[in-house]
Amino acid sequence: MATQINKQLGDNVFLTTLDAAASWGRANSLWPMPFATACCGIELMSTAASKHDLSRFGSEVMRFSPRQCDLMIVAGRVVMKMLPVLQRIWLQMPEPKWCISMGACACSGGVFDTYAVVQGIDRFMPVDVYIPGCPPRPEQLIRGIIDLQEKIQKGGTINAREFKLRILPEGPPRFDEDELIRIRERNGFKLDDPTYDPVH
Amino acid sequence: MTIETPKPSSVEIDEVKLKLADALAGVALEWSEFRDQYRVVFPATELLKCLNAFKSAGFEQLSDLTAVDLLEYSNATDRFEIVYCLLNVDTGLRMIAKTYLNEPDLTIPSATSVWSGADWLEREVYDMYGILFSGHPNFKRLLLPQEFQSFPMRKDYPVKGRGERHNFPVITRAES
Repeated sequence: MATQINKQLGDNVFLTTLDAAASWGRANSLWPMPFATACCGIELMSTAASKHDLSRFGSEVMRFSPRQCDLMIVAGRVVMKMLPVLQRIWLQMPEPKWCISMGACACSGGVFDTYAVVQGIDRFMPVDVYIPGCPPRPEQLIRGIIDLQEKIQKGGTINAREFKLRILPEGPPRFDEDELIRIRERNGFKLDDPTYDPVH
Repeated sequence: MTIETPKPSSVEIDEVKLKLADALAGVALEWSEFRDQYRVVFPATELLKCLNAFKSAGFEQLSDLTAVDLLEYSNATDRFEIVYCLLNVDTGLRMIAKTYLNEPDLTIPSATSVWSGADWLEREVYDMYGILFSGHPNFKRLLLPQEFQSFPMRKDYPVKGRGERHNFPVITRAES
């Protein structure tokens, strides 16, 4: 059927689905919202600057208003006082939107395993692409953005219905192994005790 | 024109000691010295009188105000140490003034009436150690959220906290 129509129309008309057309457009014009709180933010700036030139991949239009953006790049550690701000900015962004967690601190808390630092933003908000590194090189951020573009082109829909399926929290549970370790330490167990297994 | 050679700091601190002995007659001051750092321990009961005397003796600037939790110090007799780092801006002489404080009454008079720069420093000390400064003009937490319950720089507070960093709602993708 499609080939018959193609034969009749020749190269004058291009047939595709609305989903694919919308995703193609979205993937190649991502507008990042830089949520830069630490040294990853310097790498993010370097990525956008002339040497690495993020505009080669269609996502150089950094906007500091969440209303104008569709890609949040969380670059740096997020402390417990900042997390409500981060969540609020995320909720202010219009659909469709994606989130990149850039660097060890945003992904897992990094070396900052203290009372004030959130141990990975994915515990409290959805994340699409994780970029490891401390801080990641600009090339790694570009790779992450290319991966996100592939993800959008593969699974994107015009009315963003793929997001409606993600009804469960995607990060680790709020209380997990490191919290168990903390509770055990409070109850008098010590890590240097050879009989003490911190995980089990 | 002659250039006045600065006096060695040991001479200056001797003058300060004489002045303070005059102004604070009857108050037990305990002096010590370590590598040109001069320290004085004064009783917390005479706090404002002592601080005013320090300022009159030339220490116009409070360069820092902080506290130390001595909980795990084996030879410590008191729980908290309040540290006032003072600077004479004319001569450059520095002096560390300390006082000790114990539970359950962790209230001392605020130094804001002497040095207004003590405002944020005292709020930070309250934030981290839970020491109350009476007479402070705007007494509340400086760095941590107002609803925070603990005082994290105390030695009996676990490094990883008491679950504060996990006490947030989870936003799923479908909800946002």
